[in-house]
Amino acid sequence: MWDYTDKVKEHFLNPRNVGEIVDADAVGEVGSLACGDALKLFLKLDENKERIVDAKFQTFGCGSAIASSSALTEMVKGKTLDEALEVTNQQIADFLGGLPEEKMHCSVMGQEALELAIAKYRGVEAPVHGHDHDHEHVEGGGQLVCKCFGLTDVFLKKVIQSNKLTTAEQVTHFTKAGGACGGCIPKIKELIAEVLGEEKKVAQEKPAKLTNLRKMQLIQEVLENEVRPQLWADGGDLELIDIDGATVQVAFRKACAGCASSGYTAKFVEQKLRELVSNDIVVQEVQG
Amino acid sequence: MKEIYLDNNATTKVDERVFEEMRPYFCELYGNPSSMHFFGGQVQKKVDEARSRVAALLGALPDEIVFTACGTESDNAAIRSALEVFPEKRHIITSRVEHPAVLTQCRNLSKRGYRITELNVDSEGRLDLEELKAAIDNDTALVTLMYANNETGVIFPIEEAAKIAKEKGALFHTDAVQAVGKIPLNMAESAIDMLSLSGHKLHAPKGIGVLYVRRGTPFRPFLVGGHQERGRRAGTENTASLIALGKACELAHVHMEEERVRVREMRDRLERELTALIPNTRINGGGADRLPNTLSIAMEFVEGEGILLLLSEKGICASSGSACTSGSLEPSHVLRAMGVPFTCAHGSIRFSLSRFTTDAEIDTVIRELPPIIKRLRDMSPFGREFLGKQ
Repeated sequence: MWDYTDKVKEHFLNPRNVGEIVDADAVGEVGSLACGDALKLFLKLDENKERIVDAKFQTFGCGSAIASSSALTEMVKGKTLDEALEVTNQQIADFLGGLPEEKMHCSVMGQEALELAIAKYRGVEAPVHGHDHDHEHVEGGGQLVCKCFGLTDVFLKKVIQSNKLTTAEQVTHFTKAGGACGGCIPKIKELIAEVLGEEKKVAQEKPAKLTNLRKMQLIQEVLENEVRPQLWADGGDLELIDIDGATVQVAFRKACAGCASSGYTAKFVEQKLRELVSNDIVVQEVQG
Repeated sequence: MKEIYLDNNATTKVDERVFEEMRPYFCELYGNPSSMHFFGGQVQKKVDEARSRVAALLGALPDEIVFTACGTESDNAAIRSALEVFPEKRHIITSRVEHPAVLTQCRNLSKRGYRITELNVDSEGRLDLEELKAAIDNDTALVTLMYANNETGVIFPIEEAAKIAKEKGALFHTDAVQAVGKIPLNMAESAIDMLSLSGHKLHAPKGIGVLYVRRGTPFRPFLVGGHQERGRRAGTENTASLIALGKACELAHVHMEEERVRVREMRDRLERELTALIPNTRINGGGADRLPNTLSIAMEFVEGEGILLLLSEKGICASSGSACTSGSLEPSHVLRAMGVPFTCAHGSIRFSLSRFTTDAEIDTVIRELPPIIKRLRDMSPFGREFLGKQ
């Protein structure tokens, strides 16, 4: 049995705002019968067409899908459209006191329906999303990754990024991608790597020109913060012996010392240093 | 809140008489049946009696009964044994709707170079024996097919399938976990080589199972390291539990007729009334020969987890073939193999009865389920055009 919070149970048993708004200003519909869950969200705006005065939903899905829809409608009522767009799937989950990770896709579905409704109302291009009904045509561009649930790379990357996901399993829990035939799991892993790579780039732009001192400092920082923690995870370690121009000499310690794959480890260190410090770095393994 | 337990294909209540039978074997008669002293010897006598009781229910001989820890172990042991007995054969035939205890093992073997044929089922969950005949060849080491399906209750023509296997020189195993105790079996007049059963499906405790191995059927043990079970399953016997299973088998024999008549009547009434009261339903496997206790009913445009949670609020325990309840994202492999339309695959509920089920409990379900379905359908964006104004 799922470990639902009391708030999830309460919103499932007594959902708020069930139904449709006949003269709704904005309607967003995501999901399908085949996918196993779907949400149709109705928004009614005030006279100035700025603020949401009423929100209703119709949901087909499990307990947490219904609770997430109920929470979403409660959260957006009274907000302006711009404020509503700030609502994240994590906030929906938080509103309910949290969701089991396997059920996070329910909160993502809520956020998607909201974005879609507002985009359609404003007549702007629909945000790239998953859950296409026929799983063939992809609205809003992007490439289809998960054929079972009709999810695109752009959508998946967005969810990976905003929820800081690091494993394919998490991506399945948040979006359902890869949860049926599993054929797209390798692609999902690539997308995670891409997102992580992009974030790193943003976080750590290579300095344009390095003084010798700065370069040495940077090499030390990368070894301390990026390389050694990864080696520790496998029971290994390394020590910086010397830096001579672009040549970095390291000695492997603990499990890395005498490890048959230390050649690969040296390559990994070199790649990290080239990526984060300078393209011309050569790593040498020395006994020290 | 008193529970209305209609999930007996998942597990069953231990019969009080079964519990009384096993009770002394924890703190008082705790001897090891293998010991030379009187204290172990008296337990050995009860183990022998239990073995005879299980054999009697199956129409088998006592020495054909191998006690295991669960149905899954029995399934695993049978499959592995067949492959060791025929090291030159590289083919196994099973079906798409088997329990994971069989299916996962087969799929793992396919990664290790074995050829696996998964027989299809039709929309009612039935097997086509012609497909088996076409698939079996001299390379086939084992045919393993379930006796009755845990989700739909559909019964396979196991005797005919076993004969086909025998003619081709393949071993035949059946996972009869759901069938034993519910329908009569007679190994004395059967072509089945190996059969798995599980105690907790027939009012014995969890953690005890049996692999029936026909006399003369070649067998290689899964667990080694002891002489127990005539060298076919090493490890000190779970004496209390197997004594319990013996008693449960004896009781199953006594209650078989009741299961066949009274339980079936309750199941049929539940099916009839729910179908009449709830529009747009479908009985999964309704056109096939089924276990008397199982009802799998699909309801269009609603999702199973919501139904189960609302039933649970009323104390009613059932199960679903839906994705969301299991953490998986697709409807069950059984319903997909049957091609259940996607409009209702997500809204399938299984009620599984037992001899402890009462008419009053069935009345409660008939009263409580229709409004639950209506409530969820009213909430659903789908089905308005089909359901009209209910």
